Amino acid sequence: MMDFDAKPPLMRVQNLSCAYGSRTVVRDISFDLWPGEVLAIVGESGSGKTTLLNAVAARHTPSDGHVSFDLRDHGLQEIYGMSEAQRRMLARTDWGFVHQNAADGLRMNVSAGANVSERLMALGQRNYGQLRAQAIDWLERVEISPSRIDDRPHTFSGGMRQRLQIARNLITQPRLVFMDEPTSGLDVSVQAKLLDMMRTLTRQMNLAAIIVTHDLAVARLLAQRMMVMQNGQAVETGLTDQVLDDPQHPYTQLLVSSVLQP
Amino acid sequence: MTQNDMVESVPLRDPHINFAYLDERTKRMIRRAILKAVAVPGYQVPFGSREMPLPYGWGTGGIQVTASIIGESDVLKVIDQGSDDTVNAVNIRRFFQRTTGVEVTTDTTAASIIQTRHRIPETPLREGQVIVYQVPVPEPMQRLEPREEETRKLHALQEYGLMHVNLFEDLAHYGHISSTYDYPVLVNGRYIMSPSPIPKFDNPKMHLNPALQLFGAGREKRIYAVPPYTTVESLGFDDHPFEVQRWQSACELCGSKESFLDEVIMDDQGKKMFVCSDSDYCSKRQVSP
Amino acid sequence: MYVAVKGGETAILNSYELLAQQRRGDPDVPELSVAQIRQQLRLSVDRVMTEGSVYDPDLAALAIKQSAGDLVEAIFLLRAYRATLPRLGYTQPLDTAGMQISRRISAAFKDLPGGQVLGPTYDYTQRLLDFSLLATGKPAPVARKGQVNNEATPRVVDLLNHESLLEGQLPEEGDPDPFDLTRQPLRFPANRSARLQNLARADEGFLLAMAYSTQRGYSESHPFVGEIRFGTVDVCIVPEELGFEISVGDVPVTECQMINQFQGSQTQPPQFTRGYGLAFGHSERKAMAMALVDRALRADELGEAVTAPAQMQEFVLSHSDSLESSGFVQHLKLPHYVDFQSELELVRKMRQSHAMPKDDHDAE
Repeated sequence: MMDFDAKPPLMRVQNLSCAYGSRTVVRDISFDLWPGEVLAIVGESGSGKTTLLNAVAARHTPSDGHVSFDLRDHGLQEIYGMSEAQRRMLARTDWGFVHQNAADGLRMNVSAGANVSERLMALGQRNYGQLRAQAIDWLERVEISPSRIDDRPHTFSGGMRQRLQIARNLITQPRLVFMDEPTSGLDVSVQAKLLDMMRTLTRQMNLAAIIVTHDLAVARLLAQRMMVMQNGQAVETGLTDQVLDDPQHPYTQLLVSSVLQP
Repeated sequence: MTQNDMVESVPLRDPHINFAYLDERTKRMIRRAILKAVAVPGYQVPFGSREMPLPYGWGTGGIQVTASIIGESDVLKVIDQGSDDTVNAVNIRRFFQRTTGVEVTTDTTAASIIQTRHRIPETPLREGQVIVYQVPVPEPMQRLEPREEETRKLHALQEYGLMHVNLFEDLAHYGHISSTYDYPVLVNGRYIMSPSPIPKFDNPKMHLNPALQLFGAGREKRIYAVPPYTTVESLGFDDHPFEVQRWQSACELCGSKESFLDEVIMDDQGKKMFVCSDSDYCSKRQVSP
Repeated sequence: MYVAVKGGETAILNSYELLAQQRRGDPDVPELSVAQIRQQLRLSVDRVMTEGSVYDPDLAALAIKQSAGDLVEAIFLLRAYRATLPRLGYTQPLDTAGMQISRRISAAFKDLPGGQVLGPTYDYTQRLLDFSLLATGKPAPVARKGQVNNEATPRVVDLLNHESLLEGQLPEEGDPDPFDLTRQPLRFPANRSARLQNLARADEGFLLAMAYSTQRGYSESHPFVGEIRFGTVDVCIVPEELGFEISVGDVPVTECQMINQFQGSQTQPPQFTRGYGLAFGHSERKAMAMALVDRALRADELGEAVTAPAQMQEFVLSHSDSLESSGFVQHLKLPHYVDFQSELELVRKMRQSHAMPKDDHDAE
């Protein structure tokens, strides 16, 4: 029962577990996420972080536990108690999902403009001129030249595709964005630019985000809070700076110490 | 105009074959599918399509629908590309003559059932008539999303963004919407439907039509329907609305400026002539313009 | 003056005559009989029965004669005929363990109860044209004594099951009636019963290509031929009036059991997985291809990632029926000039606006 005066978290995860057959890959994870808060989930490959992300983003049904989201008019609702129609609507409007591989989050065979304005069309916008204008606006915000609006994503560089993916997701002003290794596979300098842009956007839009990454620098730059995962469990959670500067858990200490200094 | 004016040899009713070829149980199954379709305008009802003596892709869906509703007192017209005399129309009409013995006609106004491929007759239809369309691809989103499992969900959840993405793309690349036939429509404000490969010129005829419109896809095993006086709106954008085709010439034979015209190449210099696609409409106008 | 072309009716009737002439060929050459086709083109007959979904060698032979040897056309004829037949009842499942074996091999074992029976097979022939077959009138080969194998020949899958090495093939919970592909439209995801029916009548060429793709890295299941057996099996029914099983005849079938990649984990002991193929008559290529594709389509069920076309239900099962594929591909021969006219008109219009100055162009 909520405290009458307290604002609810944007998302509440309780005792979440995920299994593939007899293998448990996510074990009893709980956390709250607040509006405008960025949480980084950090771990090596095999830690279960991607499965966890997919479970909270309604893309993989957990074997145990609860995931609740604060719907605009209805308060905290369990994601897996909703109808599929409601979940899909949520995924198209109030949520965003940025994939590691941009090709998974874009329609590669339609233009950048169509990619960016699809969500608006799905919500019923029917004025081509206005849709195009909004697409141009968003391309500019993610630093893609509007002259590329009619080009298809396979003519774009990796960094550009990621920025396009972000624009496609943010055009409906979602309150929560999930990101799965958003900068992996990109050149270091491209990564830096992208991270900078993401930081600006999340702050401008008061965006909450859950970012899965193996890269501590990404966590440091973008996230206020961070959760370290090992073998499906959260071994350490706390403010990013604190965890990175003063790691308590031996595994976290190992992670932090093994980061190569530039 | 009756059958005698038109064909040389009238196929006789074959007594060894059940009326309209299909067995009565199959007809009932198809009629149940039709009733479901009429109850939910534009929704594709799956049905147990039968192998027919014509190949899948050649009108078996339309034939099964017609075969399930036709009765001894019906008058049947069969057209393809708007004409009663194309080989495909002739073939299908002969099939029904052989299996039912019903009266056939080329006169749109005299027919109670019109089976058609790729055109709606120019002469307006009236209450009590049934028009049966042959449909190759019932799923309007198939080219964008081939998986039926996914398109079924999109229809159920009314998630039609994909269709508009397609139109957006056309405008971005060509400045025009590039679908000129099989142009998708919104039926009764709910389901997006493929009207079959009729030219978009014919789309407006579907809207609030007094006749019953039935659609049969044999190979893909779907039946759908637009009941009389149902709204049928062609998709578009507010600032780029749906437009029909217009010709600069009139029909060479009857002078009509309103009908859909076929292009006929006259010589090897590329000289061309335009003639009405709807043969019944054209010949009537020639007799009394 | 232009007169619209008429005479579609006459053209059709003339085409029937020309077709009959083409089918008959040179009238001085003796006419092919249905009996000859049934006896001497039996592998064609087997294929037509399998894909036509009717066991009737005479009708299949007739269809082959009528279609002048175009097997896809013959299959269509038989399938269309089948659609007019009433259903009288259901047989019991075929007991292939009790098969009268003509041929039985296993690649998985060197020797096994019942032995390796080579039987009639092209496998070890040399593919050299035998010109002696140009002449007719040679005495027919004499059937050798002892060709019928009377030894008990248990199925390899049953042998492996003694040690539980092979996954069991149990009916679904509640033992529901099988799906009926001839009566219900296929919807996705399709259960195994529906998939197997679809594969049984699938076009052999398509199935073969799909199966081949699984051996070349487009999904990989490490297949072994557990067993191929060809012979006759009893067809049994349980008439209501009698309440017990009676045999109504026998049919020759070819059955293939593929043994595939084992699955298991630390908690579950590993077992081999299976693929199954069945066809009328002597149709090894078909049965083997079917077994490989059956296994590939079980990817979802077995928790494997779906990455290759042969694993995608919608891709395989929607394109496997030769009636559908041949019909739709060939339907392009039908008049499409109304739709083409619409395209012409649009392209001409767009070309015109290209030729005009830019500010007349619609797009931003």
